[in-house]
Amino acid sequence: MRSAVIVFPGSNREGDVVRALKQAGSDVQKVWHAEHELPKGTDLVVLPGGFSYGDYLRCGAIAGRAAVMDAVRAHAARGGLVLGICNGFQILCESGLLPGILMRNANLKFICHRQFLKVERNDTAFTKAYVQDQAIDVCVAHGEGNYTADVETLKRLEGEGLVAFRYCDAHGHVTADANRNGSMNSIAGIYSDNLNVLGMMPHPENLIEDLVGGTDGRGLFESLVSSFPRAA
Amino acid sequence: MIRNDVAITPELVKEHGLKPDEYDRFVKLIGREPTLTELGIVSAMWNEHCSYKSSRIHLRGLPTKASWVIQGPGENAGVIDIGDGLACIFKMESHNHPSFIEPYQGAATGVGGILRDVFTMGARPIASLNFLRFGEPDHPKTPHLVSGVVAGIGGYGNSFGVPTVGGSVGFDKRYNGNILVNAMAVGLARTDEIFYAKATGVGNPIVYLGSKTGRDGIHGATMASAEFDDASEEKRPTVQVGDPFAEKLLLEACLELMKSGAVIAIQDMGAAGLTSSAVEMGAKGNLGVELDLDKVPCREEGMTAYEMMLSESQERMLMVLKPGMEKEAETIFHKWGLDFAVIGKTTDTLRFVIKHQGEVKADLPIKELGDEAPVYDRPWVESPKQPVIEPSSVKAPMSEAEALLKLVGSPDQCSKRWVWEQYDHLILGNTVQTPGGDAAIVRIEDGPKGLALTTDVTPRYCEADPLEGGKQAVAEAWRNITAVGGLPLALTDNLNFASPERPESMGQFVGCLKGIGEACRALDFPVVSGNVSLYNETNGQGILPTPAIGGVGLIDDVTVNASIAFKNEGEAIILIGATQGWLGQSIYLRDVCGREEGAPPPVDLAAEKRNGDFIRQLVRSGQVKTVHDCSDGGLALALAEMAMAGNVGAEITAVPEGMPLHAFLFGEDQARYLIAIDEDAAADILYEAGAVGIPAVTLGVTGGDSLILPGQQAISVKQLKTAHESWLPDYMAGKA
Repeated sequence: MRSAVIVFPGSNREGDVVRALKQAGSDVQKVWHAEHELPKGTDLVVLPGGFSYGDYLRCGAIAGRAAVMDAVRAHAARGGLVLGICNGFQILCESGLLPGILMRNANLKFICHRQFLKVERNDTAFTKAYVQDQAIDVCVAHGEGNYTADVETLKRLEGEGLVAFRYCDAHGHVTADANRNGSMNSIAGIYSDNLNVLGMMPHPENLIEDLVGGTDGRGLFESLVSSFPRAA
Repeated sequence: MIRNDVAITPELVKEHGLKPDEYDRFVKLIGREPTLTELGIVSAMWNEHCSYKSSRIHLRGLPTKASWVIQGPGENAGVIDIGDGLACIFKMESHNHPSFIEPYQGAATGVGGILRDVFTMGARPIASLNFLRFGEPDHPKTPHLVSGVVAGIGGYGNSFGVPTVGGSVGFDKRYNGNILVNAMAVGLARTDEIFYAKATGVGNPIVYLGSKTGRDGIHGATMASAEFDDASEEKRPTVQVGDPFAEKLLLEACLELMKSGAVIAIQDMGAAGLTSSAVEMGAKGNLGVELDLDKVPCREEGMTAYEMMLSESQERMLMVLKPGMEKEAETIFHKWGLDFAVIGKTTDTLRFVIKHQGEVKADLPIKELGDEAPVYDRPWVESPKQPVIEPSSVKAPMSEAEALLKLVGSPDQCSKRWVWEQYDHLILGNTVQTPGGDAAIVRIEDGPKGLALTTDVTPRYCEADPLEGGKQAVAEAWRNITAVGGLPLALTDNLNFASPERPESMGQFVGCLKGIGEACRALDFPVVSGNVSLYNETNGQGILPTPAIGGVGLIDDVTVNASIAFKNEGEAIILIGATQGWLGQSIYLRDVCGREEGAPPPVDLAAEKRNGDFIRQLVRSGQVKTVHDCSDGGLALALAEMAMAGNVGAEITAVPEGMPLHAFLFGEDQARYLIAIDEDAAADILYEAGAVGIPAVTLGVTGGDSLILPGQQAISVKQLKTAHESWLPDYMAGKA
């Protein structure tokens, strides 16, 4: 599989996701935001975490309008896979690839902690290595992760099975306590209509080794790589 | 001849923080009355913050060398060799006064400044730590300061993209009017790609990089060198505003430029901005510097030479480039959207010449600005010795179980989760041990090595006995690194003290430094960088003497380490080190008995080394996975922390000999560690310890869901955790 990790000014978790992709067996190339095209043969586009443009405007608002995003939108329109993590999720919402918006956390503070997520469905390119309803142990690190959408959108996401992950406790129970940023319906990640674009606030890329906390994040990258059986 | 538009009056000299004799010295040096710009420049160079004029003669006594030290104090940061062609570059610095006036920006720019010090030398920052002290919780300003400082540290470090992996937070009324915000940054570079401030070559271009210059922070370093009074709020305009996004771009652009081979010398613009950075580069290289201020990128119109030379606008760098490489450098900086301007050149005149709008605004001897700064041997008096408090003389006002529960939920000993959850401590994916343990562990690149990092000092010990307190600060940092399996290599010190012009506080400084030096020598733990912050007082009330130590240690195989958490039931708990039940200056005496008195525990450096080396070898050989050093709150608090971290209880059955139970449990004797180990292996360890004369005794066994102290009611781990975790969030929510 060939992955392209987009680097915006202010991206800061691009190295983390590159490491996770490589560990899972993907070829990885970093792509500067000012490029107009993706590298030939790109299977997966990743928008990494960070503070693109300092997040001085609405998070992701400027990056959502970067030159490279036209190419990303075209890639998605062709059915290509796109993964946005944290700031990447915010960029996806700002660029029109996913609905809704990420507001400031309910406690108005940046929060960084380990977090369990419930895998809502395991039949997508992103989650097939997980078990249905599995509680995976990853982490969050964000100030604006409070997923918010209008009633209609929320209804559609729920009705069409487009919620990817929800904040839950260690036993997979979706509780108010586990939803620390105050997201609607405890939503931690959502898919696009065709299930080829995933935006999520938590960081699976930081939980890929026992030494640094666990390996529950690996499944996501392994799922992706296994979607492309040809040799990397 | 240089034109002087402004008459230099004694009032103007005073406003610039120069004493009359210091001004006279300057006039004599240059042979005429200075211009206003020159007065500004000398006030920036000769203030306490930049010149170390009160501390310098005492700092000379610190050991700064070892075979692994590549660069000691005097550069932007210290550099040590960690093998495999890699160097660890680190430093700690204070931003106390700005943080008190404007907590968010003060703390944020403190983090920004120290990160810049590290990447200026060519290192990519891989970890950040801090050391924070606030006033008493009941003081009306404290919650606001805690909230602002923590948000500021997080706001800068999180955006910049460096994990904040450790630190220390405490409260004391002595910081009511003067909090401490010390930030430490740690970076990695190749040993053959380290960059220094020393300029070389005549006629080489001097280049300005980064953000534009504005009127913010003018005279920040002078403010940092004065004591506070009730009008300190008026100094708010001297605080700078941080832009972590610009700093992140500056980091990437600088590292890219360094790779290109264009950089001869580099210096960040920190305290005293353009003045200090330009003088430093020239003076270190025995060269003159000529700057044309018309070329300086400015944020505001009509800035004068005086303002530009003293601005402390953030996220700026000065470089000397190889001639002919300007274009290449400019391309890199423009790619990152940053300003780039050739603003001057190196000369062979040894003069510091500032031109603006066709006029010479300053023409000063460059070496003398640094070298001829006043040096003071301030009068000092030794702190009076405090009486040793006999354990038997301290009555226990409550049961030991009650006392422990009180302490785990007290402001100083409670969990600081509320703080460190606001810091991204996981970014970069190398944080092996997160905040809350003895030392943080960060893996180096893909391993197998790692760094153990910690910040420590016990200010109440330093005040009661500066010499022992100074020793203890170093010993505790050394012990914390040792406890996780690290070999302590070097430290950075952030010396926070009150006014050096009062002999008592100068005496504290001298005493602490002597203690630090002794401990560094005994433990082979040299000082490679640091910062002195004096005049930490408000209306004549000084802070507790607080020489914060930032320690760095190396772990050869980062997968073999120890943490504080009890991991299994049925393990033997062994105490390494001797216990006398030392209650003087203990947390128990202060927070349970309400007495702040006595001599602090003495530090036996030979015992520290012997016991620590023993522990480290146990961890490194993989024999022991659970270690915690004993510090504040003694044995009892250490046991509680181990139980809470692992969700495993323990029963302590050993009863003390010749001392009251509360002295045994809460005494703060030094050089001690608790370990937990498979019961079958315990005998071997006791034997090994005995064979080399190290006191070791089995205290009890892990297991169950409660902590049971000898003869005491069981305390459930859950109850401990509730008390431990709730104080700070409740306090910040206005409930405590």
